[in-house]
Amino acid sequence: MINNSLKQLGAMLASKQISSVEMTTEFLDRIDQHNPDINAYIALDRERTLAQAAAADARIAAGTAEPLTGIPIAQKDIFVAKGWQTTCGSKMLESFIGPYDAGVIERFDAAGAVNLGKTNMDEFAMGSSNETSYFGGVKNPWDRSRVPGGSSGGSAAAVAARLCAAATGTDTGGSIRQPASLCGFSGLKPTYGLVSRYGMIAFASSLDQAGPMAKSCEDMALMMNVMTGFDARDSTSLQRDKEDYTRGLPAMTGDKPLAGLRVGLPREFFADGLNAQVSSVVQAAIDEYRKLGAEIVAISLPNTRLSIPVYYVLAPAEASSNLSRYDGVRYGYRAPEYTDLMDMYCKSRAQGFGAEVKRRILIGTYVLSAGYYDAYYLKAQQIRRLIADDFAAAFTQCDVIMGPTAPGTAFRSGEKADDPVAMYLEDLYTIAVNLAGLPGMSIPAGFAEVEGKALPVGLQVIGNYFDEARMLDIGHAYQQVTDWHTRMPEGV
Amino acid sequence: MSLSISDIKRIATLARIEVSDAEAEVTLHKLSGILGLIEAMQAVDTTGIVPMSHSQDVTQRLRPDLVTKTDQRALFQSIAPAVEDGLYLVPKVIE
Repeated sequence: MINNSLKQLGAMLASKQISSVEMTTEFLDRIDQHNPDINAYIALDRERTLAQAAAADARIAAGTAEPLTGIPIAQKDIFVAKGWQTTCGSKMLESFIGPYDAGVIERFDAAGAVNLGKTNMDEFAMGSSNETSYFGGVKNPWDRSRVPGGSSGGSAAAVAARLCAAATGTDTGGSIRQPASLCGFSGLKPTYGLVSRYGMIAFASSLDQAGPMAKSCEDMALMMNVMTGFDARDSTSLQRDKEDYTRGLPAMTGDKPLAGLRVGLPREFFADGLNAQVSSVVQAAIDEYRKLGAEIVAISLPNTRLSIPVYYVLAPAEASSNLSRYDGVRYGYRAPEYTDLMDMYCKSRAQGFGAEVKRRILIGTYVLSAGYYDAYYLKAQQIRRLIADDFAAAFTQCDVIMGPTAPGTAFRSGEKADDPVAMYLEDLYTIAVNLAGLPGMSIPAGFAEVEGKALPVGLQVIGNYFDEARMLDIGHAYQQVTDWHTRMPEGV
Repeated sequence: MSLSISDIKRIATLARIEVSDAEAEVTLHKLSGILGLIEAMQAVDTTGIVPMSHSQDVTQRLRPDLVTKTDQRALFQSIAPAVEDGLYLVPKVIE
């Protein structure tokens, strides 16, 4: 059962082959067994979860079930959920119990999905290895000496080890796609503004976007149907008609389902810095797309190398502003001893935040400080437009862009933890997509043999604005003729 | 652009984060590395380019001026570090 698609799980529930309580219990038992080692979950609440499963069973019996009713889904601990411990991976919020539901949580609840638990993550989503979490690192189920990627590392390990049917993540610079690549499953960051940011703890508001993390593109399409939609409580939420993201999937069969599709390969994504094994796996996936009927065209995204410097101005600047709310007054951590109000702020923040979060707040404060705004923030916003213009030009030559998701495979725990600049380069191929606000996806494309272990490699697919349905079709077509997405790590 | 220890102390004060002398040394080293990475931007000519903050051409929405939130003081204060008589407690700021 654990390797079944969401559609298959839904059919099992509909036919009363299994109840949601039984299905949820099986996943909770698997979590009890494997989580002490993998550390994918921060918060579990068996009673609350099973009450939701029982309610789903009642709904199924009443004949009002929707496609995800009764299916256990893990929620990244960045989403505020009423009555749930909601920490964002930080000591600052260790004692924070959600007083309301995030937009994403509300939508899954309304669909009858079961909240299986809150997953581990880099502190305030700042990291690419899950090692900055106050609640400890997460092990990559494919090789437990390695990281799962980040920041949605807990959701990634939970999906890979089948400790949930599917999970949610958020992606500010690659935090859904890079862990999807490193843990061998499918992850999608939608167009900025499609999924509500209400109740999603803010990191860099102009880049943050939530999306699905699942075993297949078909599963992600079902999740997108639930997650997307206008929310007046998010000032950047886009007002658009609801879409059915599964509508094109059935046509993805036959000899050449992708005939006429133009796939652009940016030369900058295959230049220096890309691991040779990753490169050959990605090339093999592209060959498979040729067989599916796609036409491959060479394109250029000349400002790719600038996306990292631009991101490390904009994201810390926005973070320094967003995280100023944590002052130890109304909620969150307060230092036990202090002399006056100023001292209380400074000590609470020094003790409540981890090293990487403090570094980013300090960088952000610096680039926004008097005299530096034009040289850093304004300059970065200007180059951001150049980067978005690169994509606009590319999409006149092709329909989608493909390339590697990450420059390498999963690295060892501790390998890059002490070198922020090396860690930042992990997101070389993902960050530009956030800066442009485009949708990006990673799907399993094969494995690289590294020191005797097979480590997953992801193929990144970048689409034009609002082209998620087509991207999911394209991924689904590949998943009809390959089985990388069905592979499971050993020992789970 | 090179940073000094006194810059780190000044930024830390602005950010309301206490940084000890020992931490300031380490922070200086790490932040200098990050600023070195960011410096690559300065080589780009951006004359006349309009800064971008949102990918879509959107404007701020307005909503009717109606009460939409209910009073949840008790719930919100149940997770506060220190409250008394419905008020949040902080160290005395006025003598």
